[in-house]
Amino acid sequence: MDFLTLIQILDTTVRLATPLLFACLAGLYSERAGIFDIGLEGKMLAAAFFSAAFAAITGSVWLGLLAGMGASLFLSAVHGLASITFRGNQLISGVAINFLAAGLTVLIAQDWFQQGGRTPSLAGAARFNEIDLPFQSALADVPYLGPIYSELISGHSILVYVAFLTVPLTWYILFRTRFGLRLRAVGENPAAVDTAGVNVIWLRFVAVGICGVLCGLAGAYLATGLQAGFVKDMSSGRGFIALAALIFAKWRPWYALFACLLFGFFQALSFRPDVVKAVLQFEIPGQLMDALPYILTVVILAGFVGKAIPPRAGGEPYVKER
Amino acid sequence: MNAEPAIELKGISKAFGPVQANKDISIRVMPGTIHGIIGENGAGKSTLMSILYGFYKADRGEVFISGTKTEIPDSQAAIAAGIGMVFQHFKLVENFTVLENVVLGAEEGARLRPSLSKARKLLTELAREYELSVDPDETIEELSVGHQQRVEILKALYRKADILILDEPTGVLTPSEADHLFRILKGLRDEGKTIILITHKLREIMDVTDTVSVMRRGEMTATVKTSETNPQALAELMVGRKVLLQVDKVAAQPKDKVLDIQGLRVVDDDGVERVKGIDLNVRQGEILGIAGVAGNGQSEVLEVLGGYRSATGRVTLNGQDIDLTGRASDGQTRRANGICHVPEDRHREGLILDYFAWENMVFGYHRAPEYQRSKYLMDNRAIRRDTEEKMARFDVRPPIPNLAAKNFSGGNQQKIVLAREIERDPELLLVGQPTRGVDIGAIEFIHQQIVELRDRGKAVLLVSVELEEILSLADRITVMFDGQITGERLAADTNENELGMLMAGITDTSGAA
Amino acid sequence: MDVMPKWADAILIPILSILISFFLSGLVILYLGMNPFEALKLMVTGALGSTYGWGYTLYYTTNFIFTGLCAAIAFHARLFNIGGEGQATFGGLGVALVCLAVPWPHWTLALPAAMLGGALFGAAWAIIPAWLQAKRGSHIVITTIMFNYIVAALMVFLLVEVLKPEGSMDPATRRFGDGVALPKFSDIFGLFAIEFSDAAPANISFFIAILACYLFWLLVWRTKLGYELRAYGHSESAAAYAGISPTKMIIVAMMISGGLAGMMGINSVMATDRLVLNSVEGAGFIGLAVALMGRSHPVGIFLAALLFGFLYQGGGELALWASIPRELIILIQGLVILFTGALDNLVRMPLEKLFLLLRKPRSEEV
Repeated sequence: MDFLTLIQILDTTVRLATPLLFACLAGLYSERAGIFDIGLEGKMLAAAFFSAAFAAITGSVWLGLLAGMGASLFLSAVHGLASITFRGNQLISGVAINFLAAGLTVLIAQDWFQQGGRTPSLAGAARFNEIDLPFQSALADVPYLGPIYSELISGHSILVYVAFLTVPLTWYILFRTRFGLRLRAVGENPAAVDTAGVNVIWLRFVAVGICGVLCGLAGAYLATGLQAGFVKDMSSGRGFIALAALIFAKWRPWYALFACLLFGFFQALSFRPDVVKAVLQFEIPGQLMDALPYILTVVILAGFVGKAIPPRAGGEPYVKER
Repeated sequence: MNAEPAIELKGISKAFGPVQANKDISIRVMPGTIHGIIGENGAGKSTLMSILYGFYKADRGEVFISGTKTEIPDSQAAIAAGIGMVFQHFKLVENFTVLENVVLGAEEGARLRPSLSKARKLLTELAREYELSVDPDETIEELSVGHQQRVEILKALYRKADILILDEPTGVLTPSEADHLFRILKGLRDEGKTIILITHKLREIMDVTDTVSVMRRGEMTATVKTSETNPQALAELMVGRKVLLQVDKVAAQPKDKVLDIQGLRVVDDDGVERVKGIDLNVRQGEILGIAGVAGNGQSEVLEVLGGYRSATGRVTLNGQDIDLTGRASDGQTRRANGICHVPEDRHREGLILDYFAWENMVFGYHRAPEYQRSKYLMDNRAIRRDTEEKMARFDVRPPIPNLAAKNFSGGNQQKIVLAREIERDPELLLVGQPTRGVDIGAIEFIHQQIVELRDRGKAVLLVSVELEEILSLADRITVMFDGQITGERLAADTNENELGMLMAGITDTSGAA
Repeated sequence: MDVMPKWADAILIPILSILISFFLSGLVILYLGMNPFEALKLMVTGALGSTYGWGYTLYYTTNFIFTGLCAAIAFHARLFNIGGEGQATFGGLGVALVCLAVPWPHWTLALPAAMLGGALFGAAWAIIPAWLQAKRGSHIVITTIMFNYIVAALMVFLLVEVLKPEGSMDPATRRFGDGVALPKFSDIFGLFAIEFSDAAPANISFFIAILACYLFWLLVWRTKLGYELRAYGHSESAAAYAGISPTKMIIVAMMISGGLAGMMGINSVMATDRLVLNSVEGAGFIGLAVALMGRSHPVGIFLAALLFGFLYQGGGELALWASIPRELIILIQGLVILFTGALDNLVRMPLEKLFLLLRKPRSEEV
């Protein structure tokens, strides 16, 4: 494998890691506040559809992004209602949201566009297009560093950069602000937050809301950045892989970045069976390559996580008691 | 009596579903005093204080703070009104530092750093003023319970509380730690703070309070000056009749060793050594009590003997080795060997709260042949019949096998567990906190049953954090501190003071040195 | 004391929750430009208006009973087995292999073998996530989801590369043949001279599913194992005290769960004469809704499976005649899971208040 192929694979890795990273950080806010969310998948899917649909209708990807976030926030509100207000089972609520999204997106897509559950293909201003960072063509010829800059770092859509910037931002919010302190506390011991005079319900809703916004970004990137339009079930398990990455990252922002890059790398490899064959010296069936990210997710959950201690109040609805 | 009361409650009532927890309660707490509220478990003390702290909303009644009528819909309002509360179960974030816990909810500004450094300064001052020193950078899980409690008090003071409510604060403390706490409380009172102390221990009321109110079954039965009353009178007010504080029993007649423990060590899931090589034995016809403050390794000893915690060392039952780690180390095998177990926490362990009484009556013995109809099917009818008999013998009320365990009162739940375990006629009965959360009437009955088992020549290993209970029920007492045994006494030859020293880790030898 | 009588908890709440789900589904149908009552009529005619419709409805019902029981046994042990889909897929493979391996002379011999094959394969696909949960603490929800994706890829590989007969374009196995053909409803009812459409796929598996319901009830409420499973599900700490091994409970519950899902293969694979891609068609996920709605009790599961059988067949008719995509059923499924599962308290809380109000006068007399 030559250097340029490596750069290409890493470039694909960055693209594929972006939706994972958004979703993973979305889950991080929610789970740090004590609300498990296996509905990341559904929220991403809903956001993907609505962002693509509105981008197709209005011709503006930004309006599409807003619509996608709106859809994702709506599902977040449902999850909040079920798991915070009505103290329901968070896992079941998440599963329900995944089905709601899977059903509704196709139903509405068919009603609006009559293209078998897709949106029309997006182009131009209806998509997040690649942006070239300054000097990328000038520096392209510098050995090694040139391709790294112009191929790998430059030439992504704006959402990719947003995703990577969200990592330090999340770290700062979580560990350097009042809000972060309260958020972490409410996921560990909501009773402590409540008796300290902070509204647990409100705090958790805010966390779930942030989760919705980030899932909206994830979905919008999927349909208007990574691909040019929505197709049925296009999230294809990314929400769950993001969850696995979150566990692997032990609920920490920087670790989440590396976990998502790792999973993104697996996905990128599954697109390049030729490279895998060249490296391993034997052929691997395409279906195995397809299943590879899922298999590795299981392997990582089984082996390398070690003692990942989830937020202690995670999954439990808060009930006041003496 | 010329000043306004710091707190005045008028006609507070609160019901949980069909249960009336507080009935028309009125009370006046004067500023600069320590006011005790005493009552049995379930008398409604904690509910009342939770209303005062905005945790529950009263159905009826009014709250006045320093003469002004005040609405307390949530904790925020309580804090604003100058009320601080130290709950029985601490409300601390375990993996946060002391500083972060104190600041939480009382931060100044959106950025954390300035709040933290300001709090650090204030904390040092408070610590010096009130003998409340703790390391601000230590995480809570690394602190002893006594220090965790200090953090709770600091939290309240940091929020400028004038009124401090403490709910059963000594339950987890050694007698000397409790004395230290009381010194702090008196210091706070002398500074002009008002303190409400909720407890069910008469000694504490007599030692530290200025005024005492007594609650019984959701009602306030009396408020008197502490100097004008005595423990006997208070106990009568609490229970509503004369109480026997002593268990009625003849002297023990110990025979052969049933249980022999040598060099028992337990390392918990986090790798912390909880039991550090102890030796003890229990004989036929005696009750051995393990005294100690909660969390000093007693629970682990029970869990090892009960078969659901692994350990190293040597344990024999009637001379036969017991497996401590392998395949034969589980609850089923232990029961088959004749070890029965009334666990410390009946809600977490002893019962399945959603199971019917009859299902609970065979819990752990559900594989016994008498409960099977065939190789595969259980004989539910036989179990129900069996349950009816046991409920009658142990006076469980209501005697309805088809009622879920959660619908019984604490005392009756405990009787179900006790009936299940004692009726197996065990060689060795393990008993943990037999009367926790149990009303006085049931306490006497439960103690009587345990003594009867002893008199039938069986061995009993009792763990209790209630010194009084240990002293009156056990024949021989061994004291645990920090995973080790600090001393052993015959119940007849010792007293609370001596045991208290041992519970604080001051052993016979180290005390002299 | 319990605030509500048992019947309200077991029957009234689920019914109210379902009505809410249906109401919302109706709104969606309205939005898609169709009168919901027209849609309902179309569904009833299509699913229940003929023996052909019934034949399909009961065929789907059979699938959902198996997957509903699969989810329910896991729920009893407080495990969330979202992998019923994958376990049913793998179980279907087991059934197919049994049918293909031996030239079966008669279905009476083939059926027990196929059931065993399906159950073993289904259990095998569940045992790895179960073991990982019990021993490594890997979150069973995520691992079972991953196993759904993995088995989907595996089936594509097997059907395209290995099991497809030479010269065929379809990713499917060869036909199993007459030796394993299960008696259809038309055959069974024919014995009693009742006419039943022979184009519909409902078959003897339906009765096996009902038998499975009865055995499930025996297992959960009448055996030591069921007693232990439920105890573990209610309280892990109490189970440890009673000497019930959590590892054993997790693994046994998941194996039974996967086994039940795998047995669905006798209906979805054996009775359709060959193994095709995606033979499970989402039945594994519908099982979650069925189990939640049926309160994890076999009677409830049977009724819920019947309802979903109707919805599934009716939804197919709707897709055919009214251009409303089949995904409507996924939406309804999501709503049912949401309202009977996660938003249970939405109905329960007001209802409890109501019952408390109704009871008060009586308790004051006492």
